[in-house]
Amino acid sequence: MTERPQPILEVRDLRVRFATSRGEVRAVDGVNLALAPGDTLGLVGESGSGKSVTLRAILRLLRSNATTTGEARWRGQDLLAMPEKRLRALRGREIAMIFQEPMSALNPVIPIGVQIAESLQAHTALDAAGRRRRAIELLDLVGIPSAAQRLAGYPHEFSGGMRQRAMIAIALAAEPKLLLADEPTTALDVTIQDQILKLLLRLSRELGMAMVLVTHDLGVVAETCERVSVMYAGRVVETGPVDRVFTAPGHAYTDALLRSMPHGGVARAPLRPIPGLPPRLDRPLQGCPFTPRCAYAEGRCGAEAPPFAPVAPGQEAACWASDRLARREVPA
Amino acid sequence: MKDGALLQVENLTKAFPLGRSLADALRGRPQRALQALGGVSLSVNRGETLGVVGESGCGKSTLARCLVRLYEPDCGAVRFEGKDVLGLTGEARRSYHRRVQMVFQDPYASLNPRLSVGDALAEALTVHRIVEPSATRDRVGALLDLVHLPRDAADRYPHEFSGGQRQRVGIARALAVEPSVIIADEPVSALDVSVQAQVVNLFLELQDRLGLSLVFITHDLRLVRHVSHRLAVMYLGKVVETGDTEAVFTAPRHPYTRALIAAVPQVDPHQRSTREAVRGELPSPIAPPPGCPFHPRCPIAEPRCRTEVPALDRRHGGWPVACHLAGAPST
Repeated sequence: MTERPQPILEVRDLRVRFATSRGEVRAVDGVNLALAPGDTLGLVGESGSGKSVTLRAILRLLRSNATTTGEARWRGQDLLAMPEKRLRALRGREIAMIFQEPMSALNPVIPIGVQIAESLQAHTALDAAGRRRRAIELLDLVGIPSAAQRLAGYPHEFSGGMRQRAMIAIALAAEPKLLLADEPTTALDVTIQDQILKLLLRLSRELGMAMVLVTHDLGVVAETCERVSVMYAGRVVETGPVDRVFTAPGHAYTDALLRSMPHGGVARAPLRPIPGLPPRLDRPLQGCPFTPRCAYAEGRCGAEAPPFAPVAPGQEAACWASDRLARREVPA
Repeated sequence: MKDGALLQVENLTKAFPLGRSLADALRGRPQRALQALGGVSLSVNRGETLGVVGESGCGKSTLARCLVRLYEPDCGAVRFEGKDVLGLTGEARRSYHRRVQMVFQDPYASLNPRLSVGDALAEALTVHRIVEPSATRDRVGALLDLVHLPRDAADRYPHEFSGGQRQRVGIARALAVEPSVIIADEPVSALDVSVQAQVVNLFLELQDRLGLSLVFITHDLRLVRHVSHRLAVMYLGKVVETGDTEAVFTAPRHPYTRALIAAVPQVDPHQRSTREAVRGELPSPIAPPPGCPFHPRCPIAEPRCRTEVPALDRRHGGWPVACHLAGAPST
């Protein structure tokens, strides 16, 4: 990569396999990611592409039937190799995570204020009065009105959007350097999603916090992220600046995905779907995993996996057809 | 009444009573109710797609269920080919159900897991006596062709299909009885984008081939713009704006429609904005605000918006909008 600052997070050859009753599933198959301080990276892909598993693997939050290999270097230290105790000290303090469903992360029988205070107690040296003050500041920061009164409220008394805000407040308690966000707005209505995305964007700017945002919605990435990595069948197939990848994609899958989306101003025109389905991950894959669905596929695509190669400054893709995409040069 | 109106809804209301605590009952407090539909009027013309959009709690799914009489509305009328359908019983009601079919968000929940796809389709054909029993197998094959599923799908069970294929089965099931109208409630919301496009195209194609009317209910504005001829925007149990899809998208008249459109994440990274499209939360349908339901979040609300409920009408010309402050349409 060209003139990129030293990464704070560097994921190298990450692989996650799940042992299931149907055999071994390769959910993540050699993922590389790099994140500079303050970077906002979108990790997009469809169901089963491995985007959420990648995120959870970084913080070792996967179930016991998962086997993880590779490296996830956080400021030089490998999160995957360090003792559990060291990792626990980093989780929440330097790297925080938020989830799609806040109710699964919030404790239903403890008031929100106490949950924020717990996080502050674990990660800061504040005394009880300081923690209360900070908790109010945090609720205020994430846009919860009349913060002081809401401290005593329980999660079920909050709406979906407010719960998501409360979870973000807890995640921000220790002023983390990196926020991992797993589909944080997928369950929300579009006007509330808009508010939460704008909030995350503002916070990452104001606090200089780096962010990895996992989503299936290309629009969400376009609105919030500077860089994007596109995943397919457990692999990153393309990575680069959002404005490059979305206007001049370097991978045939990114191209097809962008074209399959409904765009405004073309009422009642048929969409351009991607034919077929993603491959099964419990069988060996040869060549590029997108080959059977790809309009640009040629002989070697199904046999030989394309290397990750630069297509433009800061943009890389693993596609044999990179240079044919812009010209729409489809094999006969 | 318009010539082409096949299905007409007038002033439909539906409330769901809520459980009352013993303490409330003893104090003689009235039972509370969730007002899901607060007087909805709209019409669907022959061969057209009406898109119904709105956020959670706006009543769009309740509306769908009232249209196929899965719920009985409290007040108002539903007319099909000019005839009131809410009073229908017996054979007439069965005939209405055959002509107006529903497709659900999760076909897995609406298909019997123990019936093969072929048997499920054959059942619909038999119940409504669509074809002679001897012709059933051929017709099942033709239906699978219609939704682009292989013929051998007839011998398989719902769990053997992917989400997109299952939705095709759901559509074939609805089409089996040769309906005139399909009510589709979030039919592609559970599907991945690339598969979503396959199913959306199928709807467009089938509509052109069979001359179907479609009520397409969704929260996805990008999608609704793509599939609908006309649009109805709902907020808190009411239609706040309805008109030609492109006209509404190009120059929305209701501040809520404007906010909704602005809130949709754009795929074009150059159109990024840092301002929130609308502040505040969706109000609870148990205690909707007085006056215009949108006034607590509205950037241009005036005092009368807090007290007077705006009617849905063609103020200053143009298409119907329920806003005191709507000016003349700008295009």
